[in-house]
Amino acid sequence: MSWAGPEDIYLSTSLASYLDRKLLVLLRDGRKLMGTLRSFDQFANAVLEGACERVIVGEQYCDIPLGLYVIRGENVVLIGELDTEREELPPHMIRVSEADIKRAQKVEREASELRGTMRKRMEFLDFD
Amino acid sequence: MLFFSYFKDLVGQEVTVELKNDLAIRGTLHSVDQYLNIKLENTRVVDQDKYPHMLSVRNCFIRGSVVRYVQLPPDGVDVDLLHDAARREARGG
Repeated sequence: MSWAGPEDIYLSTSLASYLDRKLLVLLRDGRKLMGTLRSFDQFANAVLEGACERVIVGEQYCDIPLGLYVIRGENVVLIGELDTEREELPPHMIRVSEADIKRAQKVEREASELRGTMRKRMEFLDFD
Repeated sequence: MLFFSYFKDLVGQEVTVELKNDLAIRGTLHSVDQYLNIKLENTRVVDQDKYPHMLSVRNCFIRGSVVRYVQLPPDGVDVDLLHDAARREARGG
């Protein structure tokens, strides 16, 4: 394997072109992290500086600061470059506090758990 | 290696990548690597309202391991060529 020259960065799938940029990282567990890419490797392990988690529940969102993060590559779904000239979120969304978003997350989680148990109770009826 | 070579020939085409988490992203294929990691440019999400956080993402890197489908334009595929290549790989491998 030959070493990539400086021009190859623009053609290859390496994350080198994303270094020092503000990125959105989607994880397999559904989390959305944002931060500046400082390092990466062939497994898509990544170091994000100034990371925060953007939690979105319905129309509400909150950015929870996390600091310096090392992400194991197997959890990475997508790494997206945020276009600074565009709005990161639709304008109708409301920014709330961390406590409020955690409360909203709990409500959403309980609602989906309830839907899950109701579905399980109905499954034995074997509707088609 | 076969699909890596195949995707290299598709660079520049519009594709839709459907991920295992059901997110579907349309964009221009910028590059691909041996793990079938994909870089897309000029991206837009298929169901934008469901994924508000993706609004300002225009370029992205997609880890190969999370791809479910890569949807191609029907005339972007020379099926006979692929068919021959697959037969050759099967014979050689």
